[in-house]
Amino acid sequence: MSNKASNKELVNQKRRAILGGTAAAITGAAIAPGVFLTETAQARPLDEPVNGKIRWGILVNTNNCNDCNDCVIACQEENGWGIGSTDEQKSRPDQKAQWIRTVKVTNKKTGYTKTLPMFCQHCENPPCVDVCPTGASFKRADGIVLVDKHICIGCRYCMMACPYKARSFIHEKLTDQRSYAPRGIGTVEGCTLCIQRVDNGEDPACVVACSNSLIFGDLNDPDSEISKELARNGGTQIRADLRLNPGIIYQGLNF
Amino acid sequence: MNILHLLKAFLITGVMLMATAVSAEVPLPEIQTGEGNCVEPTDIMRKDHMNFIYHQRDETMYQGIRTSKYSLKQCVSCHAIKDDQGEYVRANDPKYFCTSCHEYVAVKIDCFECHADTPRSTDKHELRVNE
Amino acid sequence: MKKVYFSEISGNSLGYLALVAGLGLLVLLGLAAFWYMEYNGHWVTGMNDQVVWGIPHVFAVFLIVAASGALNVASISSVFSKTAYKPLARLSGLLALALLAGGLMVLVLDLGRPDRLIIAMTKYNFKSIFAWNIYLYTGFFVVVIVYLWMMMERKMNKYTHAAGTAAFIWRLTLTTGTGSIFGFIVARQFYDSAIYAPMFIIMSFSFGLAIFILMLMAIYGGTGRPLGDAILFRLKNLLGVFVAAVLFMVIIFFLTALYATEHHDVVRFILSGDNIYTKLFWVVQVILGSLVPIAIFYNPVTGTSRAWIAIGSILVILGGFVQIFVIIVGGQAFPLVLFPGMEVSSSFYDGVVGSYTPSLPEFLLGIGGVAVALIIVTLALKVLQFTPNSLADEDVDPHYVKAK
Repeated sequence: MSNKASNKELVNQKRRAILGGTAAAITGAAIAPGVFLTETAQARPLDEPVNGKIRWGILVNTNNCNDCNDCVIACQEENGWGIGSTDEQKSRPDQKAQWIRTVKVTNKKTGYTKTLPMFCQHCENPPCVDVCPTGASFKRADGIVLVDKHICIGCRYCMMACPYKARSFIHEKLTDQRSYAPRGIGTVEGCTLCIQRVDNGEDPACVVACSNSLIFGDLNDPDSEISKELARNGGTQIRADLRLNPGIIYQGLNF
Repeated sequence: MNILHLLKAFLITGVMLMATAVSAEVPLPEIQTGEGNCVEPTDIMRKDHMNFIYHQRDETMYQGIRTSKYSLKQCVSCHAIKDDQGEYVRANDPKYFCTSCHEYVAVKIDCFECHADTPRSTDKHELRVNE
Repeated sequence: MKKVYFSEISGNSLGYLALVAGLGLLVLLGLAAFWYMEYNGHWVTGMNDQVVWGIPHVFAVFLIVAASGALNVASISSVFSKTAYKPLARLSGLLALALLAGGLMVLVLDLGRPDRLIIAMTKYNFKSIFAWNIYLYTGFFVVVIVYLWMMMERKMNKYTHAAGTAAFIWRLTLTTGTGSIFGFIVARQFYDSAIYAPMFIIMSFSFGLAIFILMLMAIYGGTGRPLGDAILFRLKNLLGVFVAAVLFMVIIFFLTALYATEHHDVVRFILSGDNIYTKLFWVVQVILGSLVPIAIFYNPVTGTSRAWIAIGSILVILGGFVQIFVIIVGGQAFPLVLFPGMEVSSSFYDGVVGSYTPSLPEFLLGIGGVAVALIIVTLALKVLQFTPNSLADEDVDPHYVKAK
């Protein structure tokens, strides 16, 4: 409970900073470096398109990860799925959407076990985008991989093609969506990197919920916290052998 | 995209013609508007609302442009109405702003199969555009 | 060889009407199943987030693969100038069109948003093999219809070779596209192999010819028109070769997979797992669907019996259907490899074999697609001159010797 309250406070602090700082941020001077992880996004006015200078990513330090599920619950409440929604009552458990999940990995030989959050890896070369016949699966200029549900025909080829099982299909009519996170019957969905928050200069909900193991930031900016931490301690990508160059990078995966 | 537009235009014209033909029998819809002024004059909105929303939709989706003027969310937040019990009227109800007219002209919209049809107090995170 | 006369079938018998009515009922049932799934959403089906393509896709892919194969008889006649097959070419083209129509219907009606078909036809991502297939499938109709026209309009006969060649190249490309749906999937252990394209082409030869033989026997049996042994035995010998060729491709596929250590788990899963896919693979695909038909076709006793040839062809179709089931559903059921060599578990069924229990509506939709294909053929035969009056040896066999 107290954890949740402090998150809310953090969000509010940020929002106040944004409100006070929007005009100033355009000039690029007001926000002190290090206070926010997403300075560049805050500098982007609402009517300006995203650009390719930024590549959003999340660094997951699995050494600090236990199976608390805080990131999953935060995502559900933010984006309105799972416990965050009254929908999907008819769907069987294996039909229900999961944008993010905790995966337990065990080395059978040694018994060594790690838990980590698994969600859309926002690849630089996403197979879901390659295979989508209509172009509904697409990558935004800033590296966020999304589904344009307006032109998704529900063929599920992206679910066949994703190596991370990051996508879910909606099996029934929904009525309890969040206003900023549309989702509906017959289309495919997945983690949006909380695009509604990122566009407002905030961190994704999972990162806010678990700031001790998740860092959000611009992988293209060498001065961002995520880039600095990667430069200091490195990181690995899951299924790096596929050369998809995911934007989600993990630390502590030494089985 | 142009073909789609053209098709839509044909469809809508056809439906409107049909609607005029039968309008003698079908009562005009009772449209309950929201409070305050719309973002454009009524006659422009009647004609072009779909184009405004359509245009904004792709800009928001692909470019992250989140101005509120023509956003569907903004439409909903002004046009949502409550029933006698004080509950929001949902999109499948003939009294719902969009539905009242769209049912009359027999044009099916699928916006609210994915989009929230009411402003929600349970929404955890409110966008800057509404502040 | 005598001149071949084509004619419509009379189609007035009670049997014909009953057939049309029966097929029509199956089409209606299929459409009802579609409406039921569309109205409720896919929660009423067996699909889930692990196995996203189920029985409808098995039916659809089978029919589409068989469609391109059904055109083969015509290609042998027009492209490779084998006169013995010429009388069969029109039926071959018709069957190809009908099977593709049935398959596409199932594919489209199982989409999450079939109401957005117009989007699939207007918005393309050309890096997607699916998008290319939309062109290949619709183009196939055009190419084959033109080809049929060249064959059936005497003034146009001189273009038959050219049209037939175009159709042949098109159908090879089409099946390459269908196989590549699976060949291009890097994420899943059972796919991601270039062999899928050639394997699907050989599979199409086999499935399409098996269906063609059965149709030929049904049409000529049903209408009482003569059907000679020579043409039938020629076709079943060819089918035997195709069945063996498919088996060869399957063996090569598994040998290649076995050589790479990273694929051992998935090969073990399909070939020696404790699951339905292993049983179906060995019992239905390999034994009943491949080895038994080969034995039937080349055994001197059964190979000259029409009943046995029909049974052999049915078994080839059954084995082919199961082969596609094992590829599509079995390939998805094997869990994704997130961390090679590690054990994984989660609330999202990571590391667990995907479960899939087909539902009745999915089957009805698939059968509806088959019925659409068959009803198209049944009706078309009555309207246009697709079938020769006689396929008796003395009428159509170029090697026929009167006094044996």
